[in-house]
Amino acid sequence: MMARLLKSREALLAGAIALLLALVSWRFPGFVAPENLARIFNDTAILIILALGQTAVILTRCIDLSMAANLALCGMVAAMLNAAAPGIPVGALLALAILTGAALGAINGALVWQLGIPPIVVTLGTLTIYRGLIFVLSGGEWVNAHQMSEPFKDFARAELLGLPVLSWIAFLVVAAMAVLMTRAPLGRAFYAVGGNPTAAIYAGIDVGRTRFAAFTLAGAIAGLSGYLWVSRYAVAYVDIAAGFELDIIAACVIGGISIAGGIGSVGGAVLGALFLGLIKNALPVVNVSPFWQLAISGTAIIIAVVANARAEGRARRIILRKAEVLA
Amino acid sequence: MSSAKRTPMVIPDRLESRFAAGLKSWEMLLIAVALAVFAVNALASPHFLNPWNLSDATFNFTEKAMIAMAMALLIIAGEIDLSVAAIIALASTAMGLALQFGADTPVLVLTGLATGLLCGAFNGLLVSGFALPSIVVTIGTMSLFRGIAYIILGDQAFTGYPSEFAYFGQGYAWWVFSFELALFAAIALAFGILLHATSFGRLVYAIGNNPTGALFSGIRVARVKFILFLLTGLMSGIAAICLTSRLGSTRPSIALGWELEVVTMVVLGGVSILGGSGSILGVVIAAFIMGMVTFGFGLVNVPGIVMSIFIGLLLIAVIAAPILWRRLRGEGFA
Repeated sequence: MMARLLKSREALLAGAIALLLALVSWRFPGFVAPENLARIFNDTAILIILALGQTAVILTRCIDLSMAANLALCGMVAAMLNAAAPGIPVGALLALAILTGAALGAINGALVWQLGIPPIVVTLGTLTIYRGLIFVLSGGEWVNAHQMSEPFKDFARAELLGLPVLSWIAFLVVAAMAVLMTRAPLGRAFYAVGGNPTAAIYAGIDVGRTRFAAFTLAGAIAGLSGYLWVSRYAVAYVDIAAGFELDIIAACVIGGISIAGGIGSVGGAVLGALFLGLIKNALPVVNVSPFWQLAISGTAIIIAVVANARAEGRARRIILRKAEVLA
Repeated sequence: MSSAKRTPMVIPDRLESRFAAGLKSWEMLLIAVALAVFAVNALASPHFLNPWNLSDATFNFTEKAMIAMAMALLIIAGEIDLSVAAIIALASTAMGLALQFGADTPVLVLTGLATGLLCGAFNGLLVSGFALPSIVVTIGTMSLFRGIAYIILGDQAFTGYPSEFAYFGQGYAWWVFSFELALFAAIALAFGILLHATSFGRLVYAIGNNPTGALFSGIRVARVKFILFLLTGLMSGIAAICLTSRLGSTRPSIALGWELEVVTMVVLGGVSILGGSGSILGVVIAAFIMGMVTFGFGLVNVPGIVMSIFIGLLLIAVIAAPILWRRLRGEGFA
């Protein structure tokens, strides 16, 4: 029953995306040209990757507000190392960014796991700390395109079989996360812990350790995205991706990931991110000021939250249901 | 988002006194931190103890602290409002818009208050009317409210507020005490009485401790939550008036990121993010700590972003310290 409801959510979202595409292409046929769709996908790739990391965390009934700050810090570390020592191969920098991100995520996870501090407080704190560390590290200086080596900048933009590497990485992450979430014990543990922590304990799942794993995974994904972001835009400074943490959560919520944990799918998160990316790219085409984007995604979030609440089935409580809502 | 407890819940036999003792020790800790910050600042810079400098220092937290008063009640009741900074942006934009139609100062103030109330009512309706999780609802309304401000203003700004309007953010009530500080004191007193000395305040605690229990006790949970969102909207409207008056202009990016600072202030003040406990006094002290840290670091030329590291560390350390302390004394594991 739950699976059917979830499926309908993804179908609904896919329908909304198709409708949006149809509406825009009715007036501007060029919008649905394959190369333009590929461009939009590439533009949304980083959001998709990040939303999948956040999905793991939200599934365990936690939240990570520090992902964008983590991304910016890892991006800055990679960029500064590249500027200082252009000889270091891109692969090593990529690995370093992922490890740094994982370490920062592990700090979040350890504070939640070992000290039992609520995740929203922990990541609110580390959000400002990580963002501040970028300033300490860089002294407020920018790392500009001319300071970066060519391979460093080309990595995300290089084309492979007609698509940029960035898009391929997004595909890879989506596939890996889909396998993890549906086939691996850890992925199933994410669902178990978020769905019912007490039952998870009786099932032999270590709740704290699972949450620690989710935060570390989200951190590694933020680190990967950090390198991709800096490589794609060829610039690193203190404020890159500032406020992006809310876009990531918005993508998850629109994708049907329940903030109460335990409900959601990789497909939903991907569609949620694509929906936001599509709006962002469609607005200039239909000649609407880009200033409308924020209000539209806000409305989309509110509608999605209402839809999520209905899908979560509040039917469980029978007594006094009416008193819970405003009389 | 609560962490699972492995140990069975212990029901203390002397709830009241332990509770009071716990609260007292938290506020003592905060006062100690405040005194330490004050002493370090006074030693680090000879300009810190100048009364006018101290008065200037209050401007960087009074507006946020006003919202923090209402936010404290909301968090104690187990909800949260992340849209407060966006409400400031929308209320400020509405005032700017009213100005374009020739509104005078009283109308501007009314516009700001009304916008704040409307936004609060919208949040409250979504959260208590549809029984939705407030954290995601207000992330949505945060984008919506600021989004509307962006639609109206784009990359423009409203300026040219009347000179009487400047009093709210720049005027002084008496000697070095600014109007904003006086207003904050009045608001803090009002919220202190509301939370700690009225039956409404007891309802707030009851709902935060056990929403289901509160419901079965005949408390109109939804209505109380709605009122709390309304109050938070109203406080954001008041903060918008003060901030707009102080800056003398409105941009859609006004007060960007304040929601996190307000929540930090409340949590630092000892309000449990899980709901059910906290005091207005703690939040007021936390507001002063954050203001003094920001100001003191500014005097010794520490950039704002480095201060934010300190605020972040403070937030985590102040919450982690009692947990670690309890663990060291062997009073069980969290």
